[in-house]
Amino acid sequence: MSAARATALTRPPLVGMALFIASESIFFLSIVAAYVALRPGGLVAAKSELDIARTAVFSVFLFASSATMGIAERRASRGWLLLTAGLGAVFLAGQGLEYARLLSSGIGPSTNLFGTTFFTLTGLHGLHVLVGLIAISALFLAARSRPKRVRPVAWEAVAWYWHFVDAVWVVVFSVVYLGTLLG
Amino acid sequence: MTAVTGLWVRRPAGVRVGWLRTVDHKEIGALYLAMGLGMFAIGGLEALVIRAQLAVPQNGLVDPQTYNAIFTMHGITMLLLSAIPIVVGFMNFLVPLMIGAPDVAFPRLNALSFWLSLLGGLLVYFSFIAGGPPDAGWFAYPPLSDRAFAGRGMDYYVLGLAVNGAGTIIGAINIAATILLLRCPGMSITRLPLFVWMSLVTSLLILGGYPALSGGLVMLLADRLLGAHFFDASAGGDPVLWQHVFWFFGHPEVYIVILPAFGMISEIIPVFSGKPIFGYRFVAGSSVAIGFLSFSVWAHHMFAVGLPDAETVFFSAASFLIAVPTGVKVLNWVATMIGGRLRFTTAMLFAVGFVATFVIGGLTGVSLAVVPLDWQFTDSYYVVAHMHYVLFGGVIFGAFAGTYYWFPKMTGRLLSERLGKVHFSLVFIGFHLTFLPQHWLGLAGMARRMFTYAADTGWGPLNLVSSIGAAIMTAGVLVFLWNIAVSLRSGEIAGDDPWDAWTLEWTTTSPPPPENFATAPVVRSRRPLWDRKHPDQQDPS
Repeated sequence: MSAARATALTRPPLVGMALFIASESIFFLSIVAAYVALRPGGLVAAKSELDIARTAVFSVFLFASSATMGIAERRASRGWLLLTAGLGAVFLAGQGLEYARLLSSGIGPSTNLFGTTFFTLTGLHGLHVLVGLIAISALFLAARSRPKRVRPVAWEAVAWYWHFVDAVWVVVFSVVYLGTLLG
Repeated sequence: MTAVTGLWVRRPAGVRVGWLRTVDHKEIGALYLAMGLGMFAIGGLEALVIRAQLAVPQNGLVDPQTYNAIFTMHGITMLLLSAIPIVVGFMNFLVPLMIGAPDVAFPRLNALSFWLSLLGGLLVYFSFIAGGPPDAGWFAYPPLSDRAFAGRGMDYYVLGLAVNGAGTIIGAINIAATILLLRCPGMSITRLPLFVWMSLVTSLLILGGYPALSGGLVMLLADRLLGAHFFDASAGGDPVLWQHVFWFFGHPEVYIVILPAFGMISEIIPVFSGKPIFGYRFVAGSSVAIGFLSFSVWAHHMFAVGLPDAETVFFSAASFLIAVPTGVKVLNWVATMIGGRLRFTTAMLFAVGFVATFVIGGLTGVSLAVVPLDWQFTDSYYVVAHMHYVLFGGVIFGAFAGTYYWFPKMTGRLLSERLGKVHFSLVFIGFHLTFLPQHWLGLAGMARRMFTYAADTGWGPLNLVSSIGAAIMTAGVLVFLWNIAVSLRSGEIAGDDPWDAWTLEWTTTSPPPPENFATAPVVRSRRPLWDRKHPDQQDPS
């Protein structure tokens, strides 16, 4: 652990955020566990309905947003923050398009086991991305109107949450999308 | 330490802003305790209806449907809306005082946690006027909790517990961060009072357990409102999945409420024995062991489901194992008392009553970890007796002990010892009269949750004894409430340190000022106040 990280763990907002992320991890773990437990019953539908390549492209936007968030945090830069939010929004739009396509072809949470688990898991992740976008917007507005009063720890805390949301997507994308490639 | 000084400076200067707007950890702690006590009264009334209905065979006091709703609400109320606020209330009030901090790490979040917890509780009770209360038992197994069988009330169960759980999670983040960050100079992790140790482990258990409940609730709500199929066997879903998720939360939950009670006992017994706790490191370390093990025993609630053999063996073995660190603590408490100068105040009586009762509950718990026995006893009154021995005999006896011990610090006035001893006698006798016979009822085949029974079962006499015990216990609780009401107004003035104790909260005034301590304390041992009173014999720790 670097010296910078060690001192980070003595600052209350970051300790609070770390504990919050830990609890959120258990939350997602329970939903992912349910997805895996019910996966055999939904696998056929998942294979025929999911478009891995398309979602992979939108995922790249989300992963890239973690990098831009890192730069925004280090430089306390509103421009990079805006770019981060833009990339996150593109990812959400991609998810919206996928939902629209599935729903219009008659697949919803009540259709079958695939619909149930897919919409619940990706929907909960999408909601977390939305919360992240709200946090980024709040940080952006605060940094614009009163830059002196926004402490570096606020940037760091928002960044930690955003990286977490990103990391959850690595798991969700692997389990839901890449998982269809396995038997 | 900059965090601490920051808080000292930034605190609003002692202005009373009223209970609705308070962010003071002591007042929020009191709000939690008031909620816990209020819910305890409601849950207690529900229990009385249950005992009245079962007092004699073929009773028709309530109809079966109402009975289902009442035992369901009793379980939810006592476990989630009463026991949790009581232990969280004590943690809120005591942790900053015991570690020499001016407040918790996030005072405003602290207020949010309380109001979310209360709102969640009110939402669950809102079901009474919005479609009828939930009636699928406190653990709401599907398919009973699916929309085919449960009405609108179940939605309020889900929403209420989710909101309540969010409040509890935020509160746990706060307590854990406070213990990690705001300890006064010298308060190293090996000098923490044991109640603070237990609060830390409990907070981490909340962070590990409650989110799983939230996950399960989301799935249940999806099934109920969106027509999803998580727990719907007819569409390939799995009702046992809910049981796994629920008990992954549900078993740590038991330790979440019992560990703070362990902590209170570990403060009270040494003070009234005139000796430091025997084996401090073992008490603290065994709690950490309990914390880890508590996440590997959940499926012992599910032996009757017919799990694969490997799982059954694993969860049975783990359940035996968790009895070891728990047993270690009992030895520590007893060894602390041996050779001590015992003072049997009401707090001490409840502490000793706790140890005796909890040992019985712990032993019946071990017997339930024996799979063939569990197959026989599961869902019988034997299980009801077991869980009340650990939850009432454990958590509530502990909370009573804690109330007599810390009430003077909270209010500045002592509770009446005379009424306290009446309270203890009635509750202790009433408790064992209520729940001891239920072991035999369970062994004789009486299933939990049955609404009535035939006279030729022969269960009538023991049930009558049990109901009489419940009435005696109720009288004891009324004496307790009377004691609080009287002592708040005219109790003996306590002074800073009425018990000749040695943890930091007794160094400040009773009740403490808004900033807790005039200056940030500095400690050099596990018993800072002892050091001050006996400068010639320093605490060796």
